[in-house]
Amino acid sequence: MIHMEELYKSFGDKKVLRGLNLDVDKGETMAVIGQSGSGKSVLIKHMIGLVKPDSGKIIIDGVDICCLTLKEFYDIRRKFGLLFQAAALFDSLTVAENVSFGVERYRDHTPQEIRKIVTESLDLVGLRGIEDLMPHELSGGMKKRVGLARAIAYRPEIILYDEPSTGIDPIRADAINDLILRMQQELKVTSVVITHDMVSAYKVADRIAMLYNGEIIETGSPQNIQQSSNEIVQQFIHGHAEGPIKEW
Amino acid sequence: MSSSSSPPAILRFFEQAGELGILFIQTLKNLLRKPREKRIFIQQMDEIGVRSLPVVAITAAFGGLVFGFQTYTGFYEFIGSGSEAYSGAIITLGLTKELIPILVGLMISGRVGSAMAAEIGTMKITEQVDALFSLGADPIRYLVVPRTLAALVMLPALILFGDIIGIICAFAFNLLMGVNAYIYMKNTLLYVEVWDVVTGMIKGGVYGVVIAQIGCWQGLKTQGGAEGVGRATTRTMVIAAILVLILNFFISKALPGDLNI
Repeated sequence: MIHMEELYKSFGDKKVLRGLNLDVDKGETMAVIGQSGSGKSVLIKHMIGLVKPDSGKIIIDGVDICCLTLKEFYDIRRKFGLLFQAAALFDSLTVAENVSFGVERYRDHTPQEIRKIVTESLDLVGLRGIEDLMPHELSGGMKKRVGLARAIAYRPEIILYDEPSTGIDPIRADAINDLILRMQQELKVTSVVITHDMVSAYKVADRIAMLYNGEIIETGSPQNIQQSSNEIVQQFIHGHAEGPIKEW
Repeated sequence: MSSSSSPPAILRFFEQAGELGILFIQTLKNLLRKPREKRIFIQQMDEIGVRSLPVVAITAAFGGLVFGFQTYTGFYEFIGSGSEAYSGAIITLGLTKELIPILVGLMISGRVGSAMAAEIGTMKITEQVDALFSLGADPIRYLVVPRTLAALVMLPALILFGDIIGIICAFAFNLLMGVNAYIYMKNTLLYVEVWDVVTGMIKGGVYGVVIAQIGCWQGLKTQGGAEGVGRATTRTMVIAAILVLILNFFISKALPGDLNI
């Protein structure tokens, strides 16, 4: 479903991706783990067209998106729902307007249908009766859930989660993990979860890929990753300060 | 990138002029494309126009008063008592063609341009601009087009409003100083044409587009958290104010003095 091949990306002198290869199959949940600043968010921004690679291929459902114009990319973009790290809710819009934002642009619905979709999407993430609240009235966990409701409201085929458990307490983080699993079970979506939270990665992922030095250095099931002989992977998943990873 | 490897100032100038030019072309391309963001356009008309009325009223009132005072003094001292009544045309022309457009342009650069940069800059650093894109909205069409159009419509309206306030205040000052109201009005109506007022409003339209474009441009290129938003806001204010002053001169030179030539 998603095929990334020999992807290179630099920002000024900083080489973020150095020949990255990654495949995500339809219906699976892939967790991409790696240090902070290793380029995980840049990776998913490539998938949705927010960042263009310097070179390499990104193929979504057989279409190489690197060569598409903005207009041509529109149909590809609607396949994706993206949950941003800090939810990125629109400050000036209510919860209902935030959730309906993508639906109004990607789907052709009447206002009554849109209202129903908003209620259903909020229900799906366990929120009710908050349609008229503004984002600043919500807690961090609620913002993430509203962000998720907004990402799923137009029923995308692929959901990208950028650090879904970052910045919230462990209990709320686990609730978000449960939501990710629920999305996969109920909506049958393909998911890519960017995280450095190994508890979350083990819980939600069918496969885990480790990003290091601009490349995917290991891919496998959670069990395979835990048993990996790669010292870099072992240092990261166990969170040891000492090891081959020296950068801070 | 370290400061030692940053390009020379002249290259940076052309780079930034290019960025602004590209944004302007993208804005023009998106002007007629659907969906049109009518709700944001109306919101921005309110923000730029209605909410600027008090500040424009105060600026125009005191601009009119001081211009009326200085012109009155000049006529009284250098031409002689009684000649002040002939100052009406000069005051009105000065206000409508130059002073009010410049004052309103500068006030709106500070009040509206910097607010646009701060709002869009905050959206940029909190990934709301990326969220717009991911949800099928083109940030140029959603953020830049309605703001630019609203500024294009509202700046001339604000300048007309400022003209009225300024002219009334200058007239009131002269009346208080004992100037003959009949001669003052007669001379004003004799020499001032509708075109003189329109000239100021044309300048307003140009300032509106420039202020909105600079505010949006600086907002969209904001980086680096709250400090970056602060920088974008300050830059918008400075660049827009300087451009208002420079453009005022060139538009004054370019526009005909009246429509009969």
